[in-house]
Amino acid sequence: MLGDLHVEILIIGGGPAGLAAAVAAKNAGVQDILIVERDRMLGGILNQCIHNGFGLHTFREELTGPEYAARFIARVKELEIPYLLNTMVMSVGSDRTVTLMGRETGVKKIKADAVILAMGCRERPRGALSIPGYRPAGIYTAGTAQRLMNIEGYSIGKRAVILGSGDIGLIMARRLTLEGAEVLAVAELMPYSGGLKRNIVQCLNDYGIPLLLSHTVVDIRGKERVSGVTIAEVDEKRNPIPGTEQDYECDTLLLSCGLLPENELTRMTNASLSTVTGGAVVNDRLQTDIPGIFACGNVLHVHDLVDYVSEEAALAGENAAAYVKGAGAASGDPEQIRIETEGGVRYTVPQQIDIRNMRDEITLRFRVADVYKDKTIAVYKGEEKLYSRRTRVLAPGEMEQVKLTREKLGDFAPGEVLKITLE
Amino acid sequence: METRELTCINCPLGCALTVSIDGGNITVKGNTCPRGEIYGKKEVTDPTRTVTSTVPVSGGDIARVPVKTAGDIPKGKIFEVMKEVHAAHAAAPVAIGDVIVENAAGTGVNVVAARDVAAV
Amino acid sequence: MAMRDVTVIGGGVVGCAVARELSAWDLDILLVEKEEDVCSGTSKANSAIVHAGFDAAPGSLKAKFNVLGSRMMAGIAKELDVPYVNNQSMVLAVGNDDAAGIRDLYDRGIKNGVEGLKVLTGDEARELEPALSKEVTAALLAETGAIVCPFELTAAYAECAASNGAEFRFLSEVTGLRKIDGGYELELSDGGKIQTRYVVNAAGIYADIIHNMVSEKKLSITARKGSYLLMDKEAASTVGRTIFRVPGKMGKGVLVTPTVHGNLMSGPTADDEPDRDNTATTADALSQIKSKASEMVENVPFKVVITSFAGLRAHEAGGDFVLGECGDAPGFYDAAGIESPGLTAAPAIGVFLANEIAKASGAGKKADYRPERKGIPAVSAMSDEERAALIEKDPDYGKIVCRCESVTEGEIREAIRRKPGARSMDGIKRRVRAGMGRCQAGFCTPRVMEILSEELGVPMEEIRKNRPGSELLI
Repeated sequence: MLGDLHVEILIIGGGPAGLAAAVAAKNAGVQDILIVERDRMLGGILNQCIHNGFGLHTFREELTGPEYAARFIARVKELEIPYLLNTMVMSVGSDRTVTLMGRETGVKKIKADAVILAMGCRERPRGALSIPGYRPAGIYTAGTAQRLMNIEGYSIGKRAVILGSGDIGLIMARRLTLEGAEVLAVAELMPYSGGLKRNIVQCLNDYGIPLLLSHTVVDIRGKERVSGVTIAEVDEKRNPIPGTEQDYECDTLLLSCGLLPENELTRMTNASLSTVTGGAVVNDRLQTDIPGIFACGNVLHVHDLVDYVSEEAALAGENAAAYVKGAGAASGDPEQIRIETEGGVRYTVPQQIDIRNMRDEITLRFRVADVYKDKTIAVYKGEEKLYSRRTRVLAPGEMEQVKLTREKLGDFAPGEVLKITLE
Repeated sequence: METRELTCINCPLGCALTVSIDGGNITVKGNTCPRGEIYGKKEVTDPTRTVTSTVPVSGGDIARVPVKTAGDIPKGKIFEVMKEVHAAHAAAPVAIGDVIVENAAGTGVNVVAARDVAAV
Repeated sequence: MAMRDVTVIGGGVVGCAVARELSAWDLDILLVEKEEDVCSGTSKANSAIVHAGFDAAPGSLKAKFNVLGSRMMAGIAKELDVPYVNNQSMVLAVGNDDAAGIRDLYDRGIKNGVEGLKVLTGDEARELEPALSKEVTAALLAETGAIVCPFELTAAYAECAASNGAEFRFLSEVTGLRKIDGGYELELSDGGKIQTRYVVNAAGIYADIIHNMVSEKKLSITARKGSYLLMDKEAASTVGRTIFRVPGKMGKGVLVTPTVHGNLMSGPTADDEPDRDNTATTADALSQIKSKASEMVENVPFKVVITSFAGLRAHEAGGDFVLGECGDAPGFYDAAGIESPGLTAAPAIGVFLANEIAKASGAGKKADYRPERKGIPAVSAMSDEERAALIEKDPDYGKIVCRCESVTEGEIREAIRRKPGARSMDGIKRRVRAGMGRCQAGFCTPRVMEILSEELGVPMEEIRKNRPGSELLI
């Protein structure tokens, strides 16, 4: 069973990140690639994202999730990149030995020259929110509800309340409405939405579904099935304000309260994780501090747009290819340039730049901590301002990016850092 | 003159648009691209949307095929289109772009498959 | 109507333990349970602790059966293939707590016959458990303290009883009970009637209602609600031992403990609850757990809480277990008022009641009694070689369904095929942990529903979380 198998690049996950990484690695000249997917089909979460809005950036047209996935799956097939379905990666070592398990696969150990982590993310469950009350049937995370409705075609409820205004929650508000269910309200703990503005317009406003900002669910009723929830307004410390409770009679509560990068396997590699993103710490090559282990897509940090996942993953694929051919340093390398964040910038990906090996241009992706109006995004090297851009609105729900050229970055003195801030 | 504040839904930027309607003369401000102007004008005169859903498929390797309107349909027709989508079903094999509902709700727009379904 | 030998009312850990021990005798046994599965009441929502036995008052039934049960548990867990870890426990005096309380507990433990007790200074305690608060002034170490999986223990007792001939009847609440010639007649909510020579009352928080149907010596049970927070496995290394606070006026109070599956748990609170079906948590209770736990252990990682839940303990007005044949109802045996240390005591209660009934009935030992039960193979705990061999035999064990806990399709199917087997999402979760992990069933719900639907031969619309009315699709 445990033969001495070997591949040049092993990609964990056959969703949008894994597919784009595979295509890019192959195009960069690596022949021996394997994609390992746990589900019964390639495409990952895109298979259940039947709504449109994907691909504007990549393909200059508006596609549904399955259509967007199909384009990448077609490329993988054209390029004859091998993949395993229904196969789970059980472990990954820092030596890039990967153990697979599957019904047909059995148990296999594969040694890879490079590993690309592309496992995606999962949803924050009810328990993590500590919502008091009963624990009846009818409480779903938005993504689970989406799968049951869109892949299997089941009806998950007739009258729903949604907690959290993340994009999946907003999309599901519209989806439920179109399928004949009634969505009473979307409650959002924060004073701003966690989703894209366009989704508030076309998923809530179009159907008259109220968005209750600074509100949360404080009680769940129903011993067998959900029979109702109580929503209350919260103060600036996000504590419920007594006297503002309102009861909603409903049979379903959907939760769309954030996505968490799924880094169980990353931990096994001993790669350093960021406490802010929940994903690995990477350099501009998207390499973790374990040599030959790369990360991209939602396992690295949660994205809003699949287009940027594809772009990032393609970069990981190219860099993994370069690594296999013998180039590049891991992100733990002390000679790399650290990127510090200030003034409301929560994190950047990458967190470090391998300045000696960097490409002509790199993209820093980041999120901000709050809603900011009329701010300037600025990047400094010491006192020197390398970049600035005026913005009208910055919001935590929308990822921002800054492109920096090698030319602009110039040379760094030892210990000198790059700083990104809002002013 | 009437003005309306809209959020452009063309792309994730979600530009805040100010649309002024002065008789037949409509002007859009706040857009960062030409598509924003088109959206703004259309949204106050003839708002349209793409509708997506799923349809059961028989004999396929998956149980349901995702579908979408091949183009935008009038916003007011969304539920009529959905009624026809709910009544529809498909038989494998299905290819992306196959027409599932022709001329949905008289809009002149077809509902088409959004993924391939292999026959088993 | 044929007369049964014994009817056990209640499929919690005590009822199932009694059924298993009775099944060693030549008796025909029926267990009736009002819920859809075993382990659906107090047994599913408690601290999962095997108490050493220093807490109960010397001379009480609680003290006696605690110590007996604690001594039996490792052996039972082995025989029934149930996760059990002798992780030890520690009682702390913190801040202004009366450190003499530690000495009192030690003395009480010695009187109760508890072995392996040691009094420690605060520093000695912190040496063993570095996460303990700097405010800890003294501690009692109990080397026999342990943890066990209450779900699997209950299911294992039930499976072992069933394999030795005991029958189980679910969704059957006892609505009436009367003395008849040579025994009792039970009326069930499913419309059925049962005549039986002996009755075992293991009805948990409803045991007073059952008891009072046949006895003039009334019992009075109060449902005492305890809420808990369960933390991710990444919190597992916080403490190795089960950590208690020296008991105050409010009982044993909140503990911090690892679980046998490597999570960290904290609770319970104690609030009397007039509605015996009210297992709702409250914001107050959850924040109480956090503040009390934090007084004992530093930096309890509450940010990795994966779920909260509440259970109801059956507190009898007399304050002790009520065990044995009821004085004014011959043939009616109580196992009532089973609150903490009930889980610990269950193996001893099972043997005690079974022996009493066997003696009264004159039944002999069953020649072909099989005391062992083999657990459902846990792929997550296997080596690669063991996994490969198992998949070779049954490929379903190669398909991971629950990612967080690495539970395979084979395990889920086996949980349903066992007798008595899982009939619901919760039944699966308790038996094989699918949905018990950090994503709390987000990913595996659709697939587990499909497997239940296939195995039970019912449409997806009939798949339930637990009792009727808890269907997932509507």
